[in-house]
Amino acid sequence: MSAEPTATIFEPKVIAFVCNWCTYLGADLAGTSRLEYPSNLRIIRLPCTGRIDFNLIVKAFENGADSVLVSGCHPGDCHYTSGNFHARRRWILFRELLNTLGIDTERVHFSWISAAEGAKFQKFITEIVEKTRNMGPYSAMKEIVALSD
Amino acid sequence: MTMSQQTQLQQKAKELLTDKKTDLVIGYGIIETGHVGTIFITKPEQSDRLLWNEECVDNLVVYLKRKEVKKLGRPAVVVKGCDARAIAVLETEHQLDRENLVVIGMECNGIRARNLLQEKCKTCDVQQPPHCDFVIENPEKPVTQSDPANRYARLEKIMAMNTVQRLDYWKNEFSRCIKCYACRQNCPMCYCDVCVVDKNRPIRIDTSATLKGNFAWNILRAFHLAGRCIGCSACSAACPAGIDLDLLNLSLAKAAEEHFNYRAGTERNSEPLIGTFSPEDQESFIR
Repeated sequence: MSAEPTATIFEPKVIAFVCNWCTYLGADLAGTSRLEYPSNLRIIRLPCTGRIDFNLIVKAFENGADSVLVSGCHPGDCHYTSGNFHARRRWILFRELLNTLGIDTERVHFSWISAAEGAKFQKFITEIVEKTRNMGPYSAMKEIVALSD
Repeated sequence: MTMSQQTQLQQKAKELLTDKKTDLVIGYGIIETGHVGTIFITKPEQSDRLLWNEECVDNLVVYLKRKEVKKLGRPAVVVKGCDARAIAVLETEHQLDRENLVVIGMECNGIRARNLLQEKCKTCDVQQPPHCDFVIENPEKPVTQSDPANRYARLEKIMAMNTVQRLDYWKNEFSRCIKCYACRQNCPMCYCDVCVVDKNRPIRIDTSATLKGNFAWNILRAFHLAGRCIGCSACSAACPAGIDLDLLNLSLAKAAEEHFNYRAGTERNSEPLIGTFSPEDQESFIR
């Protein structure tokens, strides 16, 4: 019988909502290029950043995310011409709402990562996972969820 | 001699109904409970039931979207300056047949609920209602000293807190929410046939009043009003739990003005803020 570990090491859970055409392929490129990045990331693929409802970000936190990433095509590169422009405007306002509510905007990340930017994907993911690890679990949100049961 | 605003309003309503310019007048009046509420007038002789005083809290624009009201024919609606902005937003979003709607604006001196001047009135800049077909002037001109430049000052009390304190503040507020959706029902901008919270496949938001569900609901309600809320405070006034929902709307209105120089309902035929975009939109947080 192996002994139970006395202290559990905190492994952050990062949920990434990514667009099918750019960031998802960027992640793919990171994979095929054998670029290693932390396994704390859970990728959810959506057609376009324009499709990424703010509710999904809320849902991710409800389901225990320690931070959330939303990522898509660079402005001007959208597969659907303007989805990311719509998304950008929405996020600008949504971040302000999160801030007013006291939800930690340091835990909500946004980026533009193209299909050719496997290296940027690896670098950015490593960075946000490390940042989340340093911030620790999002206990304030987990407390809200715990009070809801 | 000068007539009171109420008499002028009654005359205007009578005139509109007699001349068949409209089939229905939605206005304020004394309802069965003895309180000031909404009355629907379809005959000229009923127009002396119309009332105008400082207790006319509700935003009557909310009724224009209701199917049962639409059935009554071409409406005329009595609005205050703040409510009138809702007309402009609904028009922008193609929700109104403005040609067949008569808007009667009341010059307003501030609304008092339980003898207390409403917060929105302290920073009002629409004592003269905009976008109206007729404006009923106040013979004694508005006297309330309002300070429109400070319209976002109320946010300071929560923005002065740190993130943790702010979350605690809202946790305390939202813990009282009973999910009655009065905020939605009283909002002139909430006109979806089926609201997302009423959809059950998939359930996006807890249907029972759990804390996380209350957070999700209030985030959703506030954000669906981003760039659309005209600040009539009907949501706050309707909330039985006394949650200052207006603060969330105010923070989004402030963001819209700061980032996009946009104020909902101030102009007719402007484009909706969300739903359009500019390649030049500026942000500093996307990596």
